[in-house]
Amino acid sequence: MKWGSTPSQTVGPYLSLGLPWEDGPFVVPEGTEGAVWIRGVVYDGAGDPVPDALIETWQADPDGGFDHPDDPRGHGGPEFRGFGRCPTDGAGAYRICTVLPGAVPAENGALQAPHLDVSVFARGLLHRVVTRIYFEDQDNSGDAVLASVPEDRRETLLARRTDEGYRFDVHLQGEGETVFFAV
Amino acid sequence: MATPTHLRLPRYRSDPDGTHPPLDFPGYRSTALRHPKQPLVLLPQRLTEVTGPLLGPGRIGELDNDLTRGQAGEPQGQRIIVTGRLLDGDGRPIRNSLVEIWQANAGGRYRHIGDRWPSPIDPNFDGLGRTLTDDNGRYEFTTIKPGAYPWKNHDNAWRPAHIHFSVFGSAFTQRLVTQMYFPDDPLFSQDPIFTSIPDEKARERMISRFDLERTEPEWALAFQFDIVVRGREQSVFEDEEDDE
Repeated sequence: MKWGSTPSQTVGPYLSLGLPWEDGPFVVPEGTEGAVWIRGVVYDGAGDPVPDALIETWQADPDGGFDHPDDPRGHGGPEFRGFGRCPTDGAGAYRICTVLPGAVPAENGALQAPHLDVSVFARGLLHRVVTRIYFEDQDNSGDAVLASVPEDRRETLLARRTDEGYRFDVHLQGEGETVFFAV
Repeated sequence: MATPTHLRLPRYRSDPDGTHPPLDFPGYRSTALRHPKQPLVLLPQRLTEVTGPLLGPGRIGELDNDLTRGQAGEPQGQRIIVTGRLLDGDGRPIRNSLVEIWQANAGGRYRHIGDRWPSPIDPNFDGLGRTLTDDNGRYEFTTIKPGAYPWKNHDNAWRPAHIHFSVFGSAFTQRLVTQMYFPDDPLFSQDPIFTSIPDEKARERMISRFDLERTEPEWALAFQFDIVVRGREQSVFEDEEDDE
């Protein structure tokens, strides 16, 4: 028997009561070798920051493995959670402390460029939207997902190098609208 | 690490049209500037999508599934027990999986700086709960029945009483945030968040069921709410031709 899925509903304006964790932004503990901060701002279609959004990230470890039973290849150790979560602040800003993932296997021996899967939740989003973070200074050639995105929008998926890590803004709508995916 | 050429990956079925709300829903005004206008790009399910965080017991305190305790006194309102199962679309329980809830108090007021409507804060209720499902996918919370509350979406707009639920399932594809409603609420028909779900059968799956058997005499009423996330298609080899 098939069970119908429960529908999605918005997190509403008071998500910050239920979803943030004190250690949420830390995919790895601060000070981990190779740790970087990914920081950014979530914007709406008027170009205003969104102060009631939540960013969640999910990624492979530096060897490209996942801490999960459906990836039998192993993972990067107990300090690596793979998952990050951060609400936006009053200025729409979020931050995630992590290490760069490795390339991840795809079909026929191909590799996917290092990436994070990202969910964005917010008041006004009846369903999460999903995007990916790639890194402008990594080898992104041959990545099938990037190649599937219209060329003039591909850069919305690239995190820009900064002094302490990377910057990745999310534009929910309008000019420079981030590419969102159907999963 | 060697690159495996024959990774055996599950694949998660898509939900039928009408199960989930559209991102652009004019009746809910806040969607206007927040929904993407470009079409979504199909993301084939690969390793990143069929795995997901398995957030374990270390995150949960002993009283985290009882919202009526842990404060100086008892909160005001109707004490209720909310139970249910976290299942995938084939009815398989999802075990040891994090369930998070948040809600308004009995008077419909959230303990949040942004909630200013003239209904009192309850100093004994913070409205936050967490638990893990057990080996049968079951969860249980003890809480207070939340009140309805007004919002400014349209003239005389009221949200039906609800509890926000956040679940992970076992894969990125299964991540779900939803709201649990209560049976026979007269506010459903004027609520654009509830009615944003096109399929009326799917809407009903957000409404909990009164559960007389789980009530506790002279203590608490009970409601039952199962949460279903996407089920798996039969396994395929990731390097098969039909992958995309």
